[in-house]
Amino acid sequence: MDASARVPVRTWLRPGVVTVAQGLLVALLSLGTHVALFVLSVVALALIPAFGVGFALFPVVTAGVRLCTGLHRRLARWGGVELAAPYLPAPAGAQFGTWRRFRWVVSDPATWRDLAWLLPGAVTGAVCLVAFALPAYALEGLVGLPMVLHTAGVRYGYGPFWPIDNTFQALLCFPIGALLLAVGVASGRWLVWLHVRFAGFFLPPTRGAALALRVRQLTVTRAEAVDAQAAELRRIERDLHDGAQARLVALSMSIGLAEQLVGDDPEAVRRLLAEARETSGQALAELRGLVRGIHPPVLAERGLPGAVRALALAVPLPVEVTVDLPGRPVAPVESAAYFAVAEALANVGKHSGATRAWVTLRHTAGRLTVVVGDDGRGGATPAAGGGLAGTGRRLAAFDGTMTVTSPAGGPTVICMELPCELSSPRISPSSGTG
Amino acid sequence: MRVVIAEDLALLRDGLTRILEAFDCQVVAAVDNGPSVLPALTAHRPDVAVIDVRLPPTFTDEGLQAAVRARAELPGLPVLVLSQHVEQLYARELLADRRGGVGYLLKDRVSHVDQFVDAVRRVAAGGTVMDPEVVAQLLARRAGAEPLGELTAREREVLGLMAEGRSNAAIAARLFVTGKAVDKHINNIFSKLRMPPSGDDNRRVLAVLAYLDGSDARRPPS
Repeated sequence: MDASARVPVRTWLRPGVVTVAQGLLVALLSLGTHVALFVLSVVALALIPAFGVGFALFPVVTAGVRLCTGLHRRLARWGGVELAAPYLPAPAGAQFGTWRRFRWVVSDPATWRDLAWLLPGAVTGAVCLVAFALPAYALEGLVGLPMVLHTAGVRYGYGPFWPIDNTFQALLCFPIGALLLAVGVASGRWLVWLHVRFAGFFLPPTRGAALALRVRQLTVTRAEAVDAQAAELRRIERDLHDGAQARLVALSMSIGLAEQLVGDDPEAVRRLLAEARETSGQALAELRGLVRGIHPPVLAERGLPGAVRALALAVPLPVEVTVDLPGRPVAPVESAAYFAVAEALANVGKHSGATRAWVTLRHTAGRLTVVVGDDGRGGATPAAGGGLAGTGRRLAAFDGTMTVTSPAGGPTVICMELPCELSSPRISPSSGTG
Repeated sequence: MRVVIAEDLALLRDGLTRILEAFDCQVVAAVDNGPSVLPALTAHRPDVAVIDVRLPPTFTDEGLQAAVRARAELPGLPVLVLSQHVEQLYARELLADRRGGVGYLLKDRVSHVDQFVDAVRRVAAGGTVMDPEVVAQLLARRAGAEPLGELTAREREVLGLMAEGRSNAAIAARLFVTGKAVDKHINNIFSKLRMPPSGDDNRRVLAVLAYLDGSDARRPPS
């Protein structure tokens, strides 16, 4: 069979299998846990007046409910629908059994929305069993089980024929099975879709909760951005103070001394001036390094594509750079992306043991996507305090994300995404070197 | 020797003019922005142009673009490009036409006045001058790679000086060795790197730079 014929079967097969598995798992989860969790919740609430047992019990049951809704969310994501988690983060010191824990659970509207969903969700979930049962029954016909049993003389039936009277009816189990499979998968998809849509009324955050979560996230990332900026300014101040500034002081001292000696000791003046030139060279080199760390000149001159190509040239292995940017990102995003690539490529050069690497820059659907990959030994982690973790934090300030996939043995692929708009197409033509 | 200068900062423009005129060069024009570079070069046809990478109006790489364009429109025009920072990327673009008469130096190098003027003269004479920092970056990138790893420390030093565009005599003077010793080192380098030996100093620089850059040394000039 050639590839062109295989692809449609694959594209048809995978969603079908996902639907059947989704139907089974959703039904098992709904039938197995919802009613029990609902009853336990009610009991826990009822026990609140009774010696306060409910205070301790209710948060425990709620944790169970959230585990259950969490699994539903994962199943929904598997089917391609994202149901965001609405829960407020736990405050500090809210262990099980504490009053703080109870207050946190009770004051979160999501707790009550989950609870309200458990029983109707059990119904829509249970109906999803059809998505599994019908294809399973269809499979029985497709493998010819009714015909085998009929031939063996067992009293048995399939589909509309019960029992099967003759061989013709027995043979019909194949087309009937095929029909049932099509109907089962199609209706199963629809039922699972209905279940997920219905859950969509209860499980995702309300507008208010979504905003509250967003505010919280923005507060955290803003604090990190402010901290990072302050640390950066301190570093620059220190570098200037101990480096270029000190060298300029030494320089002016040499020149002053030379001025004093100019009539008396020309040889000493020559030596002092040579020293002054040496010092000025060092000061310039330090300033150059500092400027590179603040905003690399090549980024200002060539934009992100040229700057990334320049970075690629500095890595001791071949790096393929692919750029698909119809315009220029805003300066802060450009800078964040540049330093992210610089960090990733530095890691490739230092740790990966790779023989080749690649960088792609792409802009699609309002997102700048930067991928840095290498064929090295893998095992890279964004460990706390490491360069990659810092990169992730810097990107977070722009609502950016970073994912690192680096299995032992490689390859390592770091994917960074930054939401941003592009400005008008660049003016200077990009060079084809890379 | 007639020179055109393109540099936007008056202080540096005057400094360059003063230095060059002190060494018997005639500064026929000194422009302070990108768009004026090409007309000035066409009008004066200087022996060499000294151009800053970053120029108005965009303050990006106007000067570099002007230099590359000038060399396309006035073939063989020697150009020395100066900058506050050096990039392999830019060096590669300047060398892309694989003709001599090109220089790329950090502005810091101007402070060694005699060496700077020597570099201007070498570029004007059709030579190639590359900043030691670019060469260091090229060497660092290929340090571990075969067959560069087979070179001795001294040979690497000689290779670096060749890449900067220095003549055998200059290399010998720099390393305090005889011209014969330098010849021997160079022969060793060429045989270890499996490069065809080249008598011509200028072709040699280009070949060495192309080798270090990883681009094919045997590619015909475009």
